[in-house]
Amino acid sequence: MKARDLTDLALRNLREALFRNALTTLGVAVGVASLVAMLSLGVGLQELASKRLSQSGLFDTILVTPKNSFRGAGRPQREEQPGKPVRVLDEDARKAIEKFPNVVEVYPQIRFFTEVRFNNKPFAAVVAGMPESSKNSGSFDGMKGHFFSSVAADEAVLQIEFAKELSENTDSLIGQELVLRYAERQALQANAVGSADRAGEPSGGFSVVPKELRLKIIGVVETEPAAGYGGYGNARLLIPLETAATLRAAQVNDLRDIVRDSAVNKTTYASLSVRAKSPSQVAAVELSIKNLGFNAFSLLDASKSLRTFFSVFDSLLGIFGALALAVATLGIVNTLVMSILERRREIGVLKALGAADSDVQRLFFVEAGVMGLLGGILGVTFGWLLGRAVTYGTNVYLHRQNLNSIELSSVPWWLVLAALVFAVLVSLAAGLYPASRAARLNPVDALRYE
Amino acid sequence: MIEAKIDAKLVPLPAPAIQLDHISRHYTMGASSVRAVDDLSMAIAQNEFLALLGSSGSGKSTLLNLIGGLDRPTSGSIVSNGQNIATLSSLDLARYRRNTVGMIFQSFNLLTRMTLEENVELPLRLAEVDRAERGGRVREALERVRLMHRLGHRPVELSGGEQQRVAIARALVNRPKILLADEPTGNLDSATGEAILTLLQEQTKYGMTIVMVTHERPLAEKFADRLAIMGDGKLLSTSAAKGL
Repeated sequence: MKARDLTDLALRNLREALFRNALTTLGVAVGVASLVAMLSLGVGLQELASKRLSQSGLFDTILVTPKNSFRGAGRPQREEQPGKPVRVLDEDARKAIEKFPNVVEVYPQIRFFTEVRFNNKPFAAVVAGMPESSKNSGSFDGMKGHFFSSVAADEAVLQIEFAKELSENTDSLIGQELVLRYAERQALQANAVGSADRAGEPSGGFSVVPKELRLKIIGVVETEPAAGYGGYGNARLLIPLETAATLRAAQVNDLRDIVRDSAVNKTTYASLSVRAKSPSQVAAVELSIKNLGFNAFSLLDASKSLRTFFSVFDSLLGIFGALALAVATLGIVNTLVMSILERRREIGVLKALGAADSDVQRLFFVEAGVMGLLGGILGVTFGWLLGRAVTYGTNVYLHRQNLNSIELSSVPWWLVLAALVFAVLVSLAAGLYPASRAARLNPVDALRYE
Repeated sequence: MIEAKIDAKLVPLPAPAIQLDHISRHYTMGASSVRAVDDLSMAIAQNEFLALLGSSGSGKSTLLNLIGGLDRPTSGSIVSNGQNIATLSSLDLARYRRNTVGMIFQSFNLLTRMTLEENVELPLRLAEVDRAERGGRVREALERVRLMHRLGHRPVELSGGEQQRVAIARALVNRPKILLADEPTGNLDSATGEAILTLLQEQTKYGMTIVMVTHERPLAEKFADRLAIMGDGKLLSTSAAKGL
């Protein structure tokens, strides 16, 4: 029989015992729905965790430092090759890194300890210069207030924990001013440090002068746009990168610059942040930077562990969902076996009219497949709705706790496709026994059946 | 004229439509063996209307099932349309049932959820006949049984006689060479039964060979060309019908 006729006939058969077949299809739908709901929660949680981490910039950012960077007293320098000059992390190096493929931006890490004065009270904080690009990276999603009005504005965004230290009502901070007290580096002339032969030239040494800057608070952010790693703590006060650069604030690595002759006439950086297009590009970019002769550090390995954890987590959730689907397959087997008993005479008539065993077998297969497909479509819809309901319920709870909404479940297209294919395959497998039993039916016995 | 026709029917034609050669069909029921058909040989001529008579359990329905390819003989050969169907594969046997024979049954065996048109179309679907051609073939078959006006009706809306006429249309739609009828008048009153047999008899005009199983000797004698009497699985006698 041609496929179209076979499908017509199968659909007609399914319509005949509509209630029973609908219940069986619903059974498959419940199985698929539980599978989809479980996996969508798994995927959603994974995406949520990945998004939070990527917003922190930890997984697409590489921290670049020179090889002779200070690593702590008594610890050997890494990959130091005797006799080979250590490459300086200067503007030339920054431009070279910027030209690598898949590099979005390269900016200096400017972080420094400071004292913040607010309402005449002192507060300790780490300040970080934020590049303009961070505005669109998702790092400032859900912030109260607004992003910096210009790249060199005297404005500050507070991390919520720091804001809470300043005032219980964090919203009221927006629009107010605070005073940043920091240590400014001022270069010393060579004669000031005893180098007579280089009198009048910068020596590389500097003096530290306390300075103040008034900043207007323009926003409060709950995420951690400048989470710390590579020896830096979390920055809790964020200012535009250019503003931070013009302050010439003393940083932790400055002692090294005093004694390093090579950096005398050039702008050098203690470290650079390199943002790759995506976390998957980080490894290649990291390798290129290392080949240039710098230390490069990223949290890629930590990200891998996270993915492994979620794979296991998803598998466990998938097993629970699959169990529900397994129960549903028993329903299909039962329905089709009952159907054979009821349609025994009809099978006999079909065979008497010339239907081959394979025609009868395919007919039952198509019926099982159609129930699987319809159950799959319904199941994906139910599963999606279930995920939405769980997300809604969670968000209602979070709102009551004064926390931001989250997207708990996610149904990506591959999950929809996989669920449909799985539902059809499982249904076909369930139809295997009834179909072959129907095909083997002796037409004489079948016709005699009342 | 009549004598000449009888003689011609008594002597098997050189190329019979169906040649049964020492066929047996034995069943095992527990410890005992039942010989439903036992070493039976017979030739059925082309264009012949043969009535198989006998008491219940004489093996006539089993013989009909063997000729129709619904069952296989335990031994012997059944040459139909030039091929020994006893040795055909399951798939070829299905093809034989589809293309060479048409079957009608005592209980009509129409599919109740389908309309007359769909019931009659079913063998065409199985034979993978083009959709464009099917409509014409279905109408042609229903016209032959004079039921064109009930095309969209369902079997339950018809009388027993009408249902049997639909079954005949369904058996004819694939233009088979052999028509097999198992007690076609068993569920019908005598007038309707006669009408059905008249219809069957008409089909021999189209060159069809008909084998009919029946209990009703008077009807068989009136409409069939030849009567074959069976008992205990054996062919007891064959004779020309009195109607001739």
